[in-house]
Order: sequence, then C-alpha cells, then structure tokens
Amino acid sequence: MSTQQAEPESQEAPKDPEMQGAESPAAETQEGDGAVDQTSTDASELDGETVHIKVFRYDPEVEGKQEPRFDDFHVPFEKGMTVLDAVMYARDEYDSSLTFRHSCRQAVCGSDAFFVNGKQRLGCKTQIADLEAPVRIEPLPHQEVVKDLVVDMDHFYDQMHTVEPYFQDEDTPAVDDLEEQRQSPENREKIKMSSRCIWCGACMSSCNIAAGDNEYLGPAAINKAYKFAMDDRESEEIKEHRLRILEQEHGVWRCQTQFSCTEVCPKDIPLTEHIQELKREAVKKNLKFW
Amino acid sequence: MSQSYNRGLIEDFGRWKEFSAGMWAWIFHKFTGWVLIGYLFTHIAVLSTSIGGAQGETTMVDGEAVNVYTATLQGLESLFLIRLLEIGLLAVAVFHILNGLRLLMVDLGIGLDSQDKSFYASLVLTGAITVASVPTFLTGVSI
Repeated sequence: MSTQQAEPESQEAPKDPEMQGAESPAAETQEGDGAVDQTSTDASELDGETVHIKVFRYDPEVEGKQEPRFDDFHVPFEKGMTVLDAVMYARDEYDSSLTFRHSCRQAVCGSDAFFVNGKQRLGCKTQIADLEAPVRIEPLPHQEVVKDLVVDMDHFYDQMHTVEPYFQDEDTPAVDDLEEQRQSPENREKIKMSSRCIWCGACMSSCNIAAGDNEYLGPAAINKAYKFAMDDRESEEIKEHRLRILEQEHGVWRCQTQFSCTEVCPKDIPLTEHIQELKREAVKKNLKFW
Repeated sequence: MSQSYNRGLIEDFGRWKEFSAGMWAWIFHKFTGWVLIGYLFTHIAVLSTSIGGAQGETTMVDGEAVNVYTATLQGLESLFLIRLLEIGLLAVAVFHILNGLRLLMVDLGIGLDSQDKSFYASLVLTGAITVASVPTFLTGVSI
C-alpha cells in the first residue's frame, strides 16, 4: 500500500510528547502544507486517495490519554480495503499505540468486532467503500473499554459458558468402544446456522436488554444452547437440562424481540428466531393436560 | 486491568438515531402500553361518577340540575383538549393492538424476516386510522 497522502490529526485532547513523536513525520506534512481538512465529511474522499477514519482512543495507563477522545487518521485508500486494514495501517504508520484485537482477517475468529458508523460489524468483513466518510470506529457498546478499541469480554464469555457449550450424552460409549455418532441431514440442516457463531460478541453488544440486565444470558449464549438442544444426538434428559437453564428468569424470556442481534450478526445467524423457538420449546415442555 | 471506561447510559441513549426498526417497535410498544394503563385509571375515575349518578346525585349546569354522571361526561366531551386526547388515545390503542399482533406472529415464528416491514405497516395503518377518525372525534366540539 503506497502512501500518497496520510496525515493523522487528533482532536478533543492534547497530544502528549510520546504521541507527537510517533506522528512527527506526518505532523510535519500537516504543518508544512496545511493540506489536512479537519472538518471534511465528504464521502467523495474515497474517490481521492485517502479515507478519513475517526478512531476512539482511551488509555487508562498513560497520563493525558485517560479522557476518551477520537483521533483522526487519513489512510491511503485501496480497492477492497476493509475497516481492519485501515486501522492496521493507522497503527503501523502513524501511532503504534493504537490498540485493537484481530486475528484471522477472514471473518472466522470473531476478534475484531467494532462499532463502525453506529453499527456492530466485523472490521475484517466490512468494506471501507461501503461506508460513509468519515468512518467512525469505536469499541463495542455496552462493554467496558480496556484500551482504545479493546473491550472487556469476560462477562460475555462467562455467559457463553453458562449454557454448557459442549456436546453431552449420557449414552456415549466407552472410549475403546467408540462408535460414529450420526446426525440426520435434516437435523444438521436445522442447526446449521446456529453452528456458525464465532463468539465475536456483536449481538450481545447490540442487545439493549442485555445491557440493562447483566444476568441475561444474551443472544449468543442462547444460540449456542440452541445448537445443542436441537441436536438429535443428545438425549432427551440432556435437552431438558438445557431447557431448564434457558427457561430461567434471565434466560429466553428476557428477549424482547428487538431483532438487533439478528441485524448485526456478521454470520447471518437468525438469533431472534432461535430464541423464539426455544421459548416455544420451553412452553411445550411445561404444558400439562390433565 | 487496572481501570476501564464505562460509557454509561447517557451515551447509549445518545445513539437513538441508530436504533433499528425492531428497537423502535419495542420502545413504542412499551410507551403505548404505559399510556393505556394511565388511561385506564382516568377511565375508572370518570366511571366512578356513575355511582353518584345512580343514587340520584345531581350537579348544577347552566342553572339546571343534571345527573352528575351525565354532567361529567358532557363536560369532558365539550372540551377540545379532551377530543384531541381521545384521538391520541385511539392512535395509541391502535398501534398497541397492531404491534401486539405483530409480536404474536413473531412469537409463533411467522414472518420473522419481514418484522421491520410489519412494524412500518403498523405505523402506517395507525396513522391512516387516526387521520380517518378526526372528523368523528371533532364533531360538535366547542373550542
């Protein structure tokens, strides 16, 4: 990627000496020709050579960076460029302290979920060309920010583990007597979408019920439970055990069908549909006619 | 992790422009639900005057003794503000009913893919019914 015009700007907070040092070559350009348009919001910027990104910054360990702010970067645009590419360029070329998670870059690992232009998205899956400039990149909402774009995912993982996200079967044969455990194509089709979850946390971040109720299992965990509860290979007792976890007060009944999770899921999992189906399963299990 | 930044509720609410159709449907459903509960209490208060009316209690209207229940209703209905509130009440009730039906379908797993369209349809129908009701509600009102 070649640099044709690349100037970082910082707003809403004074730069500390360390940061200025990291940005000095570009800063000189900024001072020298005054080419930076800080107020530019024109989407046609993409037609030029750069894309303007505004990145949320916060660092509790550095004096002067503890007050959250947005830093502006003008990154050289290339066809096919993703949001992740843009922030990586900004980190590598302008400010090495810019912190975010990423890994596979193929929308499979779920590490780089950000809040981009007001929506939870995977950085590596989101094309810069599809976004309106300036591209505003923030950490996932409803989760505490550890540093810059990195949020604390502990609670999310705790909720995921609450639903026992692993295959269980009391009838599993002994290790030396293992048999192939077959699943019907129909059953595979039924749980196919739910098995696509990559634990990115975008759904949980978009759910304002989860934001208001810390005990709510959340769409990701419920979807994970759905994957196993609907799997024919698990016994009826295990399915009942799973439904008991899900039908508790802060389980499926907390879902208010806002569809936010379904809309932001980068893997297109019909989360709300799965939650509603589990509600019906819970009702069916508890219906008694006598 | 020694410290972290909690963006808090104010920042969340500041994102109202980014709310999705499903979230607006949820907000409107809660709001209309509370309005209807509030209306029920005022409705009961008005109805309670019928107890006095049944016992022959009267009140003076334009120098004439009128049954207290009739006088209360006529007094309220003659107010322009009350007629406007009735139009609002109709809008609130219609939306709550339509969105309730939409939620019932969602609960049954029907039309999940078009949940946003059904929300917009509920809004449009509510608007149409409300506008159509205006002549009826404003007939004979003295401002």
